[in-house]
Amino acid sequence: MTAAPDDPVQTPPKTVLSGADVARVVDRMAHELLEKTAGASDVVLLGIPTRGATLARRLADRVRAFEGLVVPTGCLDTTLYRDDLRLKRPRPLEQTQIPPEGVDGALVVLVDDVLFSGRTVRAALDALADLGRPRAVQLAVLVDRGHRELPIRADYVGKNIPTSLRESVHVLLIEHDGRDGVELEVRR
Amino acid sequence: MNYLVRDVRPYGEGEPVDVRLVDGAIAEIGTGLSDGDSRVYAGGGAVLLPGLVDLHTHLREPGREDAETVETGTLAAALGGFTAVHAMANTDPVADTAGVVEQVWRLGQEAGHCDVAPVGAVTVGLRGEQMAELGTMADSAARVRVFSDDGTCVSDASLMRRALEYVKAFDGVIAQHAQEPRLTVGAQMNEGVVSSRLGLTGWPAVAEEAVIARDCLLAAHVGSRLHVCHVSTAGSVELIRWAKSKGWDVTAEVTPHHLVLTDDLAASYDPVFKVNPPLRTAADVAALRAGLADGTIDCVATDNAPHALEDKEAEWGAALPGMTGLETALGIVAETMVLPGRLTWRQVAERLSSTPARIGRLEGHGRPLAVGEPANLCLVDEAAPWTVDAATMATRSRNTPFAGRSLPVGVRATFLRGTPTVLDGAPA
Amino acid sequence: MSRHLLSAADLTREDALLVLDTAEEMALVEERTVKKLPTLRGRTVVNLFFEDSTRTRTSFELAAKRLSADVINFSAKGSSVSKGETLKDTALTLEAMGADAIVIRHAWSGAPVNLARWVHGSVVNAGDGTHEHPTQALLDAFTMRRRLGRVEGLKVTIVGDVLHSRVARSNVLLLSTLGADVTLVAPPTLLPVGVESWPAQVSYDLDAVLAKSDVVMMLRVQRERMGAAYFPSQREYARRYGLDVRRASALHDDAVVMHPGPMVRGMEIAPEVADGVRSTIVEQVRNGVSVRMAVLYLLLGGASPAIGGDA
Repeated sequence: MTAAPDDPVQTPPKTVLSGADVARVVDRMAHELLEKTAGASDVVLLGIPTRGATLARRLADRVRAFEGLVVPTGCLDTTLYRDDLRLKRPRPLEQTQIPPEGVDGALVVLVDDVLFSGRTVRAALDALADLGRPRAVQLAVLVDRGHRELPIRADYVGKNIPTSLRESVHVLLIEHDGRDGVELEVRR
Repeated sequence: MNYLVRDVRPYGEGEPVDVRLVDGAIAEIGTGLSDGDSRVYAGGGAVLLPGLVDLHTHLREPGREDAETVETGTLAAALGGFTAVHAMANTDPVADTAGVVEQVWRLGQEAGHCDVAPVGAVTVGLRGEQMAELGTMADSAARVRVFSDDGTCVSDASLMRRALEYVKAFDGVIAQHAQEPRLTVGAQMNEGVVSSRLGLTGWPAVAEEAVIARDCLLAAHVGSRLHVCHVSTAGSVELIRWAKSKGWDVTAEVTPHHLVLTDDLAASYDPVFKVNPPLRTAADVAALRAGLADGTIDCVATDNAPHALEDKEAEWGAALPGMTGLETALGIVAETMVLPGRLTWRQVAERLSSTPARIGRLEGHGRPLAVGEPANLCLVDEAAPWTVDAATMATRSRNTPFAGRSLPVGVRATFLRGTPTVLDGAPA
Repeated sequence: MSRHLLSAADLTREDALLVLDTAEEMALVEERTVKKLPTLRGRTVVNLFFEDSTRTRTSFELAAKRLSADVINFSAKGSSVSKGETLKDTALTLEAMGADAIVIRHAWSGAPVNLARWVHGSVVNAGDGTHEHPTQALLDAFTMRRRLGRVEGLKVTIVGDVLHSRVARSNVLLLSTLGADVTLVAPPTLLPVGVESWPAQVSYDLDAVLAKSDVVMMLRVQRERMGAAYFPSQREYARRYGLDVRRASALHDDAVVMHPGPMVRGMEIAPEVADGVRSTIVEQVRNGVSVRMAVLYLLLGGASPAIGGDA
């Protein structure tokens, strides 16, 4: 296929959050978490790999820095619960690590980098149900970009970024990408 | 009907000539012969050979008419350029009595595509226990001269010795399927690197060679003729070369498939490549070609072994061994022996016609291309490559290992005692 | 395109590591309250067993059920197969019933290869004649990695009836793909002609290789082999090739002893060794379910398989 002359030219990614912004946002989310959960005493943080798991660890670090509280933290791979498995080749699985305390009776906060269609969160809720019975489940995301396809909303949002479906949101974290930030890119 | 076959080259040598066939014999050979009252067939410069003779064919009738009949098998033979085939004895009932061999012989006469010379079983029911009535079969209308338990080996040394001796009375020959049974229990393919990986029970070369060595010594001891069926290993070629160097009356055949296919084909587990004796290694193939070229191996015989679909569309171990070969034999010989310069067409005529006819004591076949000789002829188009298609062959079975292969030469016409059985590559 | 697991040779190093890594995650399901995943919901897995093998069949059945697949056990006994129906007819019947995968155990080497030509779904070889048993090799490698932390560079000694062993063939192929150093030990009669072409060393002397081994895998030796003169007596076999207490004591501290089962205690392995701390025999059974879940997921979990060979 040849490109039509009036096709938009690929634009360089636009920075939405800088590295310092990301740190501030995570700090704020940690504060909100402490506030909304009345001290986070029964909270278990479960990140959705890969960047959600890293964010969960960062939130836990911040809570510990603010209140000296160690929040049990783990990660939950949703691959085997996805509803789009049959659309592509089977993917390699990510790690699932449930803290030794388990999730029964806990307030589980799922953590992900970007909230989009809501399907990943749906898969995570199903996975969680097979692991135990939390007292309640909440959701924390660094970016909410809209376009939900399921009745799901986040309890903690780092930044709402209205997007078009032709845009991609890239969350960059030092542990994976060498730097922190959030960028917006127009897909061709 | 008399025929004038124009523009053919006897043995592929010299300038084209015309050949007139009258009353089943060659009446005239020359250039610019007049049509006279003969029907003219344009030979198109084809190689003219004596009609081919197969020492080793399974026609399956009586017993497995679903796989092949004398009618379909001999038509396949004619399309392959054959004017005579020896029909192996492992039918149901076994061809171990005058009654069965005469029935097969008569079916061949009725079909009329090529002569059928029945092979008699050496032992009753091919069971290797008691000698069959070899003399009665020899004296029957079928005039049996070749005796074989092919499919199984006459493994009892004493019985083999007696059979070799006994057939001397009527100039017969024992055609041995050389396979030491205790060394080949459950054997599925050549024993070697490939079988080790495929987990298929090995059929070692020594199981063939040990029997050939023994039989050569037995034949020498009692002064008899021995013919070795489907030689498949380099070691067998060496043993036969040694026996011939001693002056012993030992002859041997090789199949077309053993001249070209190797055991690595079994890796597909496709039973179309399952055959007995099994496909061997590339070194064996090279030794067989050399042996056929230098005359150690006397002739090519097809071991044409048609099998019904359900006997081949199965697991390797459950499938029956065997391959069809009549319609592809000459093409494979051309590909492996003639084109690379190992054999001339005159030598092909020896190895696929005159020598097998002599071993089988078959009268009227394998004769020279000369005036007064029987008009059993085969015309070969040298530059007529064709692609083997299992579905369109004359044989009732589909188990050719050469499906999809391009063969370099085709049979243009076949004449049996002056009457065409094949013209322009199709049944006449 | 139809994709299958017919031979350990179908797996590249990356494929094999993907199976092992996936199996690690699958193993976690064993520790959960709900030991089930929804991944293969609506898929049908047929266990087509022409040979009795309760252990392997149960393992595949459990693996498929843990992934929520529908499972049909089709055993050759008492079915139309014993009435002369061909493998091909059976295959077409099962496919017409909607089998997405056929797990086949068959007495003839190569039968899964034949089957794969006749069906569109995936075929998993669960042991064919004396050819291969690729999921056994995968679970063995998985067990080694869990016990010893790696497969690459391990010195693995496989002892016993290599000639008739599909476990040995698959293990030699897979372990060499994964970079282990394999030595086969057997009486010469129980090694195939052509074994010198395998990616493995060969020895006739068990004592000479034991001290250097990280893993000793004992193969079952059927007593019937004596009748065919592969070795003179059970006593002599055990004396020369059995892993008894004395021999096991020559192993270094971390070395493990494996057996694919079923064992002939007292023949190839002493009961004290089979039940000892080095033994991984029970783990192998448990790991078998995780590895087979991984294989089924990677073959059936997506639009097209992530591993395996073409037919």
